Amino acid sequence: MAEPMTAMPASPQPRQRRRLVRDLKAMPGFTATAWLCIVTLYLPILVLIAFSFNENRSVVLWTGFSLDWYAKALENDGIRNAAWVSVKVALFATVISTIAATMAALATTRTKPFIGQGLVYGIINQPLMIPEIVTAIATLSLFALVKKLTGLNGIGYLMLAHAAFCIPFAYMPIRARLETMTLTLEQAAADLYAPPLKVFTLVTLPLLGPGIVAGAMLAFVVSLDDVIITLMIAGPGETTLPIYILGAIRRGITPEINAVSTILVAVSVLLVMLLFIVQRRMQR
Amino acid sequence: MTGTEIARDRKAAVSARALSKTFGQGDYAITALDSVELDILENEFFTLLGPSGCGKTTLLRLIAGFELPTQGSISLQGQDITDKPPHRRPINTVFQNYALFPHMTVAENIGFGLRMLGKPTAEIKQTTERMLALVQLEAMAGRRTDQLSGGQQQRVALARALAPAPKVLLLDEPLAALDLKLRKNMQLELKSLQAETGITFVFVTHDQEEALTMSDRIAVMKSGKILQIGTPRDIYDRPTHRFVADFIGDINILEGTVEHTDGDLATVRLKDGSMVSAHLGPASARSGDVSVAIRPENVRLASAGETPTLTGVLENIVYFGAATNLHLRLGTGEEIVIRNPGAVDEGRYQPGATIGAILQPELIRVLE
Repeated sequence: MAEPMTAMPASPQPRQRRRLVRDLKAMPGFTATAWLCIVTLYLPILVLIAFSFNENRSVVLWTGFSLDWYAKALENDGIRNAAWVSVKVALFATVISTIAATMAALATTRTKPFIGQGLVYGIINQPLMIPEIVTAIATLSLFALVKKLTGLNGIGYLMLAHAAFCIPFAYMPIRARLETMTLTLEQAAADLYAPPLKVFTLVTLPLLGPGIVAGAMLAFVVSLDDVIITLMIAGPGETTLPIYILGAIRRGITPEINAVSTILVAVSVLLVMLLFIVQRRMQR
Repeated sequence: MTGTEIARDRKAAVSARALSKTFGQGDYAITALDSVELDILENEFFTLLGPSGCGKTTLLRLIAGFELPTQGSISLQGQDITDKPPHRRPINTVFQNYALFPHMTVAENIGFGLRMLGKPTAEIKQTTERMLALVQLEAMAGRRTDQLSGGQQQRVALARALAPAPKVLLLDEPLAALDLKLRKNMQLELKSLQAETGITFVFVTHDQEEALTMSDRIAVMKSGKILQIGTPRDIYDRPTHRFVADFIGDINILEGTVEHTDGDLATVRLKDGSMVSAHLGPASARSGDVSVAIRPENVRLASAGETPTLTGVLENIVYFGAATNLHLRLGTGEEIVIRNPGAVDEGRYQPGATIGAILQPELIRVLE
């Protein structure tokens, strides 16, 4: 213990001062800097959301509140089709990438250390470091070759491309979860007569659950947001929501686009909140 | 009765033969366990005692099956289990950090082993209830394990490991995380639980007092080797190694030379020239330079008119209620501690005074 128990009854002043020095909040300009950061981060999004409720067609001139643009956006077949494509692709990519990431995470943490383990870890994470445009062009060339050889077409290519780039995103939280899970629980299960498969289904998997959910949600959001790779791979009739928005703003920003974007933001916020709750449970 | 005598008339529950475990390879290899020979008997409370890194936990993990030995074999009631995975060994473990399943209730935790053994639901329920009663946690059956206190978690871990009625129960420093008072209570509870169930307990600890209190027999380990196996009294009164003598309780160690021997008695000339008679251990040197050991409570102050075995200058007096320790510096530079029951006359015994000490001859040991 730092201070003896026999210390004088009330000498709060020096102690308080010491605590203030350690406290970052006491740094001059701390509050101002914090607010500046938050405003910079969220002001654009707030403006976007505000003008999605604008009565007028303008996105710079506020005239009154209305929900017309949301109605319009939801009635727009182009937007509805794009949203459906986005969800389809994201769901497929999430399922495939989460399964692959879970297996990869297990293989890199729950096996005997093997030569090249670090390399495997690097290889799984490397796509995060490669510029997305490079991945996009590489995928495009590969798919062009496959198309030529097989003659197959369709949305499957887009789904596979998404599944591939989502793997590292899904892998990270799953691996993080596995690393904090000590082997002791699995050993305890084995000690209590659980054969390896039961250990996995009754102990490893339930405990890994929060990590898998976090990985899946991250993969879903990343797939939903993707522009560059989708732009390269998507064929006719495979327009996702971000691509539709990109096309639409070439013809000028309308509050309709603001409304669609706001819906996207809402979905993302919802997922992030879910992720947060799941991670809170993980820490227990 | 010595440890070996017990071994002769009871069957071994767990036997280790030439058991070695090496971690790592080549220059980085660490020998955690070095040719261990061990027989743990049926219905015995057996303790593996030693400092951290002595290999006691490795030995426990080898018995549980979490590690495979580099060499040697392990058998359970005469059957070789060396290559059996943990889930095929009728041995259960109480882990140091309890390792309770956080996603299951207390009752589900306790019933897990029976469920894996494919027991009928009714039996699982019945045994779980019996176990809950045994560890006095009936009211907690439906709780999540993270809602329990450390002591309660400890009991759940114990109940979970006992529920499948294992042949051997392994306990890996299960009391280390508890506070002193709770630990003392649990020591007694564990001991009576062992007597009640008749299951062989193998208990790992670095706490010598815990080992002495609870065990039928103790194996003292150091650097991957077992130095001495015996009853608490064997270990305390008749330590064979300097390390054992030093590790368990307080001890005075003096250097000397063996003058002559008679049976298991040796006459040793201490460095200051005084002669003492000391017991020889089975592997003690019978000639030349040796170390002799005697507990502080077996050294007493010489009263007036008595011829002291040793004399020295009093350096320190440490009073701790039930006894007083007097630290004497001998002419040879060696230190010896006298444990005097109760307080001493402070007027007579003051630092700097020359004091005579008497070593009780029958309690002096020659170390190996």
